[in-house]
Amino acid sequence: MKLKKSTVNNIISYGIVIVAFIVCQLMISNGSMTRSLKGQMVPICVYIVMAVSLNLVVGISGELSLGHAGFMSIGAFSGIIGAAWMRSVLGVENEVLRLVLSMIVGGAFAGVFGVLIGIPVLRLRGDYLAIVTLAFGEIIRNVLNCLYFSLDGNRLHVSFNNPAIPGTILLNGPNGAKDVDKIATFPVGFVLILFALFVVLNLVNSRSGRAIMATRDNRIAAEAMGINVTKYKMMAFVTAAVLAGMAGALYGLNFSTVAASKFKFDTSILVLVFVVLGGIGNIWGSIIAAALLTVLPELLRAFADYRMLVYAIVLILVMLATNNPFIRSLFDRLIHRGKPAAQAQRGGAAE
Amino acid sequence: MTETTTKKKRMLDTKMVPAPSHGIIPERDYYSTPVLEARHLGIEFGGLKAVDDFNLIIGKTEIAGLIGPNGAGKTTVFNLLTKVYQPTMGTIMINGKDTAGMNTVQANKLGIARTFQNIRLFDNMTVEDNVRIGLHNQVKYGMFTGMFRLPAYWKQEKAQHEKALELLSLFDMQDLAGAQAGSLPYGAQRRLEIVRALATNPCLLLLDEPAAGMNPHETEELMRNIIKIRDRFQIAIMLIEHDMNLVMGICEGICVLNYGRIIAKGTADEIQANPTVIEAYLGKKKEG
Repeated sequence: MKLKKSTVNNIISYGIVIVAFIVCQLMISNGSMTRSLKGQMVPICVYIVMAVSLNLVVGISGELSLGHAGFMSIGAFSGIIGAAWMRSVLGVENEVLRLVLSMIVGGAFAGVFGVLIGIPVLRLRGDYLAIVTLAFGEIIRNVLNCLYFSLDGNRLHVSFNNPAIPGTILLNGPNGAKDVDKIATFPVGFVLILFALFVVLNLVNSRSGRAIMATRDNRIAAEAMGINVTKYKMMAFVTAAVLAGMAGALYGLNFSTVAASKFKFDTSILVLVFVVLGGIGNIWGSIIAAALLTVLPELLRAFADYRMLVYAIVLILVMLATNNPFIRSLFDRLIHRGKPAAQAQRGGAAE
Repeated sequence: MTETTTKKKRMLDTKMVPAPSHGIIPERDYYSTPVLEARHLGIEFGGLKAVDDFNLIIGKTEIAGLIGPNGAGKTTVFNLLTKVYQPTMGTIMINGKDTAGMNTVQANKLGIARTFQNIRLFDNMTVEDNVRIGLHNQVKYGMFTGMFRLPAYWKQEKAQHEKALELLSLFDMQDLAGAQAGSLPYGAQRRLEIVRALATNPCLLLLDEPAAGMNPHETEELMRNIIKIRDRFQIAIMLIEHDMNLVMGICEGICVLNYGRIIAKGTADEIQANPTVIEAYLGKKKEG
């Protein structure tokens, strides 16, 4: 009974995403979407995946991570280098295949760093954990600022703080990657969203996901029930890192130049804003918030110089509105129509 | 000045009462390994001996009681047994296995499950999911099986669902399976904690004030249920409780703790007749 319900909910979730994708595709094909908005489609996908994956850490496992952009940058640069290497060395010409493989490479590298960073970070709790993730995010950015990669025939050269390396430069320290082949496409981004949703929703409804939520709700009780808290916190952290790495690869391959400075602390905070605004632990909220807030600056172009000011005001208004009990109960009534018990519980949880 | 002298007097009295060195195991458990054997167990917090020289043996299917005035160190004993605190002295043997150096998770896997004095449910999860957390280590499928919903996932989820409902039906709570744990009434939350602890398949169940906040009717039902659990699962149960009707009614062996030390051990009748216990515990209660 319960299983079926969660499965049905998941299928509805995928359905809504697929419908949204088809609508966007139709708008693109009949020309009713502006150029600038069209250019935003891949970043929207990227930020949705970032928000969903960060929600896994912040909402589901309950640890505040402020360095999520670090994993994104690792994914971006390993994806860019992977894509270039695959084209010239392996001779993979098919762009979609190359993009998907680069995303896997980006995800894998981010996952490895997720494990490496997770080992020291997840020994801490609460605020301390947040501060250390922030520090690691900055460390990643600064190290990437000093890294030089080049491709010389079949060989990949790496140097630290020394731009003099042979061959064509792929990653040029603080200048970042130049002449990246823009192979990122909206349909692939859409598939990545579906994949992230699939992984996160299934994880939440599985044995591991329940264990992760148990460690969030009550660490001591979870340990007394025989749940290895560090293992499950790590699972959430690394899964989120892999997804962020994949999103990063998609992001990196969407622009012709990408520098490490794009993945600053601001980006981590921006993604955190999506998660908080959409509701911590609410995967759906993350998707909607990420999509709307990525488009918003474009829509506010009419305000010219006051664009970012209006953006901030809108943020505050949305925050106030979503915290208003009346609007909340209205939403609950819309979502849980005919289920007063569920409503009452939700309201109770929100308090 | 007078305070210290009474304290001294009490300590002298304590020494004069010969505390039995072994627990009182029910006859039926004589020939099986005791589920718990604590020897000279103790813990110091910065020089303060919260628990000192705690010796106790619990039989395989015994219902044991741990009583004592507030602050006597009862919950500390539970925390030592479940390895929330590492003892600074002594040993704990579970089913004959030494637990030295183990953590809470390993102690649970050895077969100690507990409930908490201040209820610690997973409030935001459903009643059933709380029980499923208890079943966590009996379900063996990994992260990827869950993420990609391989056949093992469906099979084991179904088995887990049935097991959870079966356990909930012990307390007639199967109809509440879908409710949020935090929204349950107090008594139901306490019962759910017991079910969740039982789900970990323990050999020793530690109940920290299971009847706290329950009315006499609920307490009576709880007593019946504790005996039912013991008979059905053939496990030992140790409980901390202030409700003397419950303790004297169902505990086969009772251990009285005061100032971190055992001052008496025995059956309900022996404890009730013990002058030290009356002075340290019941007498004090009358004054207060």
